[in-house]
Amino acid sequence: MSTLATPPLDASPASNPTAPDRSKLTKKILVLGATSGIAEATCRIWAAQGAQLFLIARNADKLAAVAADLKTRGAAYVGTAVADLDDTDKHAELLSHAINSLTGMDIAYLAHGILGDQPRAEQDFEHAAQILHTNFVAPVSLLTWLANFCVQRHAGVLAVLSSVAGERGRKSNYLYGSSKAGLTAFLAGLRNRVDREGVTVLTIKPGPVNTAMTAHMKIRKADVNKVAATIVKAIDAKKDNLYVPGIFQPIMFVIRNIPDRIFKKLNL
Amino acid sequence: MSLSTAEPEVLTTTAAAPDPDPGPPQFESWGRYPKYNAKVIPLNWQGDFPAALAGSHDSALPVGLGRSYGDVCLLKDGTLLQTTGMNRLIDFDPETGILTAEAGISLAQILDFAVPRGFFLPVTPGTKYVTLGGAIANDIHGKNHEVAGSFGCHVPCFELVRSDGTRRLCSRTENPDWYAATIGGMGLTGLITWAQLRLRPIVSRGIDYEGIQFHGIDEFLDLKHQYSQAEYSVSWLDCVSTGKNFARGIFMLGDHAKVPGELKPSPEPRLVFPFDAPAFALNRISVSLFNTVFFHKQGKAHVKAVHDYEPFFYPLDAVLHWNRMYGKRGLVQFQYAIPWEHAKEGTIAILQTIANSGLASFLAVLKAFGDIPSLGMMSFPLAGIMFALDFPIKPGITFPLLQRLGDMTLDYGGRLYPAKDAAMTPAQFQTFYPEWQRFARFRDPMLTSSFWERVTDSTGAKPTL
Repeated sequence: MSTLATPPLDASPASNPTAPDRSKLTKKILVLGATSGIAEATCRIWAAQGAQLFLIARNADKLAAVAADLKTRGAAYVGTAVADLDDTDKHAELLSHAINSLTGMDIAYLAHGILGDQPRAEQDFEHAAQILHTNFVAPVSLLTWLANFCVQRHAGVLAVLSSVAGERGRKSNYLYGSSKAGLTAFLAGLRNRVDREGVTVLTIKPGPVNTAMTAHMKIRKADVNKVAATIVKAIDAKKDNLYVPGIFQPIMFVIRNIPDRIFKKLNL
Repeated sequence: MSLSTAEPEVLTTTAAAPDPDPGPPQFESWGRYPKYNAKVIPLNWQGDFPAALAGSHDSALPVGLGRSYGDVCLLKDGTLLQTTGMNRLIDFDPETGILTAEAGISLAQILDFAVPRGFFLPVTPGTKYVTLGGAIANDIHGKNHEVAGSFGCHVPCFELVRSDGTRRLCSRTENPDWYAATIGGMGLTGLITWAQLRLRPIVSRGIDYEGIQFHGIDEFLDLKHQYSQAEYSVSWLDCVSTGKNFARGIFMLGDHAKVPGELKPSPEPRLVFPFDAPAFALNRISVSLFNTVFFHKQGKAHVKAVHDYEPFFYPLDAVLHWNRMYGKRGLVQFQYAIPWEHAKEGTIAILQTIANSGLASFLAVLKAFGDIPSLGMMSFPLAGIMFALDFPIKPGITFPLLQRLGDMTLDYGGRLYPAKDAAMTPAQFQTFYPEWQRFARFRDPMLTSSFWERVTDSTGAKPTL
């Protein structure tokens, strides 16, 4: 087990008061898609709390940069694995390795996803299927394994980044939106199944957040650090659903309830 | 079918359309003058450069938080590579205090990390909203220049990446010429991807503060000699008053408190200057009133107190976007260093010129630079008196005055600070910085700035307004 794991950081509490050593009880958190903007900002908060983290991402250089940052910020342990999460056949092996390295898991945080190219997806089914696979099929595979792991232990939080875009399909991004709608529906069902087993499922629905994924969008975007702080609080409070920023809860209520005879004429 | 009819229509529409209004520039310098349009590309990872420029023939310039005042962080019609997403820590050694971080991290982010661990910046400017890379590229200085030198003195090494993809580790011993060219090199020698910074230990957020009123440059110089043991010293100066109040000011001293105190991180600033003030808001009367209130605020001629480091180092950071106070037109700063030989006569002559000009301006900053040499070939500090002052932009008045003040600075053997400049002429720049031609050989062929184009322009074109 320890041969598989990245060696824990030798952080002496005297020099680094915010980083307790690994023998103390700190959160054990598995992060999928750890180099995404929201995931990285969230991990910085957990690192400062002295959490133990296992990070999975596709790009080795970016993953190494994020891991070094989180270690320096005070994470009691940072393990990493480079993996393409589209490859569902590898999920079981990957997840068991990650949880072995962490010696347990309190929180799984799923933050990987792609925005995709809506105009391209309208012409190219391969691309449409790619968006659905990365944002919906792969998370279903991961969450099925992780939920069963948590159910066995009657504990754990599964925190998953969905999106307000999944609340209603709009012409500007309905492939991304439908992948997230599927994910939101899956999470609702999963919560209904596992809540009675002591497992929390948190569906996170961010509005546009200022990260690399939305850099090209010229709209008002939420500050990623504030979004991350809200997510950490919602996980600690074992919430079921989180709109972030909170204003999107009433906004999406209105958008969901516009009749289609009007909605279909709108440019959204 | 419908495509074939739609296509020519689209073309006609595009051709007939008037030039689209580019709108306000996406990126402004702190002075908000000049205003240039540029494309902004974010660099979020160390590997993003030079890939971000692939296929582009535009010139580019790495920029951080845009806190330099003039055009040193602008590039008209070019590409700005904004580094603020490259803000990760890489390593921290509490034994030596050496922090290694990506160059887009801000000094505010460094403080949030370092202060709870009992460390502080070795040198800090008057705002914490600058990036590590920007602090190196402008070789910034702080209130402790006499004992600490400029920022570059505390940067043991960094990585420099050129647009051709070559990477150099730069330190005093490795690639020393690239090290010297990049410190104070205005971002022109390549992209600094990461750097090391030697932090200093502290035991408290507190600053043991003393504020002493003075009248005139002689009293300022006396105080400077009398209190030479303080780590930090700076003076606020009233540049509007004439007669018996000419060059009155407050001499401010500080040392990190020696009594252990709380080391929590700073709260987020809550005040935001909400709108562009109208042009008439800053006038001789309002500024005089402000200066008088400020001078007498401390009530006595001499006060001692313990202050938090935030108001001591970053009084203006408490109000985000305070530059809006100067209105849409923006502000320009005038900042010089004059060597000791002519420092007193030069400062008095320049202050008189400013006071007589009637161009209202807020409190100015006066301090002494020490003799610790800067490591950059283009660094600004030199042993003597440093003075900085903001001017509102008044068409036909501000720039002729700056021209005159620049020439006076030159006559007294001093120099102006590129990071604060929007007005120096090529002739002035090339005299202030005699190494500029040697420096030019280290410039990355893909990188330039509007400042560099302006001050190396042999036609001597002057700024408008």
